[in-house]
Amino acid sequence: MNPFDWLSELLARFQDEHILVQRGSAIALAPAHLLGIDPEDWGRAAQTAAAYDCRWAGIWAEERGETLQVNAVLVRNGDHLVLRTAIPAGAPRLDSHTPYFPGADRMERHLRDLFGVDFSDHPDPRRWSRHNRWPEEAHPLRKSFAADQAPLPPQPEEDYAFIPVQGAGAYEIPVGPVHAGIIEPGHFRFLAVGETVLNLEERFGYTHKGIEKIAEGRDAFGLARLAGRVCGDTTVHHAWAACMAMERAARLAPPPRAVALRALLAERERIANHLGDIGAICNDVGFAFAQYQFSRLRELWQRDSAACFGHRLMMDAVIPGGVAADPDTPQLQRLRDGNARLRQELPGLYPILDDHPSLEDRLVTTGVLAPETARRLGVLGYMAKASGIDIDLRRDHPYAPYDHLPVATPLFSAGDVAARMKVRMEEILHSLELLDKLLDELPPGEVQRDWRAPAADSEGLGLVEGWRGEILTYVRFGSDGRVARFFPRDPSWFNWPALEQLIHGNIVPDFPVCNKSVNGSYSGQDL
Amino acid sequence: MADYLNPQGWLLALLQTLLFVAAAPLLVGWIRLLKATLQNRRAASPLQPYRDLIKLFGKEPVVADTASVIFRAAPYVVFSTTVVTAAVIPLIAVNLPTAAIADVIVLVGFLALARFFLALAGMDVGTAFGGMGASREMTISSLGEPAMLMAIFTLTMTAQSTNIAHAIDFMLSSGFVLRPSFMFALFGMLLVAVAETGRIPVDNPTTHLELTMLHEAMILEYSGRHLALMEWAAQLKLMIYGVLIVNVFLPWGIATRLTPQALLLGLVTVLVKLMALAVVLAVAETGLAKMRLFRAPEFLNLAFLLALLGMLSHVILEVGA
Repeated sequence: MNPFDWLSELLARFQDEHILVQRGSAIALAPAHLLGIDPEDWGRAAQTAAAYDCRWAGIWAEERGETLQVNAVLVRNGDHLVLRTAIPAGAPRLDSHTPYFPGADRMERHLRDLFGVDFSDHPDPRRWSRHNRWPEEAHPLRKSFAADQAPLPPQPEEDYAFIPVQGAGAYEIPVGPVHAGIIEPGHFRFLAVGETVLNLEERFGYTHKGIEKIAEGRDAFGLARLAGRVCGDTTVHHAWAACMAMERAARLAPPPRAVALRALLAERERIANHLGDIGAICNDVGFAFAQYQFSRLRELWQRDSAACFGHRLMMDAVIPGGVAADPDTPQLQRLRDGNARLRQELPGLYPILDDHPSLEDRLVTTGVLAPETARRLGVLGYMAKASGIDIDLRRDHPYAPYDHLPVATPLFSAGDVAARMKVRMEEILHSLELLDKLLDELPPGEVQRDWRAPAADSEGLGLVEGWRGEILTYVRFGSDGRVARFFPRDPSWFNWPALEQLIHGNIVPDFPVCNKSVNGSYSGQDL
Repeated sequence: MADYLNPQGWLLALLQTLLFVAAAPLLVGWIRLLKATLQNRRAASPLQPYRDLIKLFGKEPVVADTASVIFRAAPYVVFSTTVVTAAVIPLIAVNLPTAAIADVIVLVGFLALARFFLALAGMDVGTAFGGMGASREMTISSLGEPAMLMAIFTLTMTAQSTNIAHAIDFMLSSGFVLRPSFMFALFGMLLVAVAETGRIPVDNPTTHLELTMLHEAMILEYSGRHLALMEWAAQLKLMIYGVLIVNVFLPWGIATRLTPQALLLGLVTVLVKLMALAVVLAVAETGLAKMRLFRAPEFLNLAFLLALLGMLSHVILEVGA
């Protein structure tokens, strides 16, 4: 299949709907295509794209003088299409994409909260990122809002309108944002009858850090460091996506050794998190043996990372123009030994997970995400692969160095907790193969190219397959070579809403294991 | 038979109860040590539960604004009821003066009383988790209690008495006979004990996940000495079930005469038996995941069925034989 061979068909459909397409560009945001459309066509364009089986992959805005520029991303066959429109900054009003793409709900509310964009037919009027105690007129991403003002004192949000409980025997269970374990803050409101969950609502935003605001005015290296802190467990992938966006804006290609090392870091991150998740899923059903074994493997793995890249999570290893660390021969040998250890230990552990009847009893048929629901919400990564959706950027839209690596992806259709665990188990093995290949064929040479500030107004899109799924990062530089706009879109934006769906009909005590199998990032989507 | 006016007997009964209460945390520490070893972890000292209790007793209890007197009183009620239960169970010597009140139905009643206050305390503060835990605990116990009674009735029908001391006497006097009814009752009792003491696969004593908790959910709001008493009572309960199982079904070694040699032998044998029982528990807990909550009734139904089979096999095979 050729890239974008579907675009002419979509454009024809747009034409049938009298949607006027202007200023198309295949290079401004390469490898994505950019299409300018009129604001009044915004909703109908989404409707047409939804009917044409496109996936919705994100929305962000930027205040540019008198206008507010809004971008939305549509994906088909792994090709990304950016729709762009401009609305007056004084009275920003736009049709919502949520009626056609349910996954757009929270990101549009995020946009409404932070820019004051009025989405005319958005089904949910409640705030999302900007909790209710913020003044109505405060829109933090507007230029008129000063980033350095004193923050409001912390105070709980009390008037968020959860769906009220109705009916005999139904009751609410509020959980969080303070939990018994050491996890990130998030609030879950259950409606239950007996032990059966009727409905679940998530309330996030407790780790809102103003990432998008404080990115403004940073230099490239500062932005890479910030991107590495969007979400701690995805630090490599977020930094890579940001650097990829900046390098594309600056028309700068990192050297081959740096590209290979980035993939090495990324696959190590994938394996570390998958190991941790498998153990955590087992622990949530009281199977502590697996938890301790996988925690041990993860710990040893992270110690190798620390020894070779200076940080257990490999933070700040990816920098604009290349990578910060160049492991020497003994360090590379240590990484090879780490691979060998995993290859030796996993065949002993996997059969236990596969064959254990009491584990199977808990995980199989628990928290089923139907493929149709998964598709409608646009879920990503292991969530998609467990529900029969075969997407992986590394294979569908290969970026260096995956363009010459054999990427195999697991695919399951059951959509339950067991399938999500199995995807992780398989991905660890695939990543090990990639790592072996990367280590064997590590190109020689430099690992960093000198960074040069890009031309004013240049922009770029970073697209990488993070361990949770596709990460999409937009960066635009201002006239001084500093960042004017940064928007990292974590896959959790789409995977969290799936949790609300897959828990229906399950029992309350099964929620933790369902939640762990989704393992959305709070920080990554609170921004 | 016991001599109810013998002061030495009363002293021994008191010492035995103190030993029972004092040893309960050690049993939990020993189980944790076994589990850690089985899971390839470096274990904490088996004395760790004592340190935890000392720490908790030294801390100020924090009580919710909405708590009533029930919440404050419950730890003392639960703990003292559990201690009284422990007092009537023969640990190292049978035929002590306390044996007169060692009736199994009374014993089940004591445990139910403690559980009743535990559930009340869970609901008292008005948090969702406490109510959820109380409701689950009651679901489990309403199924566990009949199974336990059925297992005990099998025993008492054979021994012709509901008194534990008499049952033990009977077991000792009849020598080692393999009774099918006792085997069934023993397995039924083991399953009930696992459910009632909040062990895997029914409950997970080490979880931090509020939504999955049974026992822990009820005591989530407790802190300081209140929590210490609740924890200690839970440890005692585990010990009570353990001692019931090893001393009623396998009583050999228990002291029947109050001589120092016999008492020492009784102490050593009960320790060995409990340690062995803990190994079984630790292995089972390591090898099993926790059940789905709705599988717990099936689990307890199995316990009831086993106990019932025990009674049937007693009636069919053993009566008149």
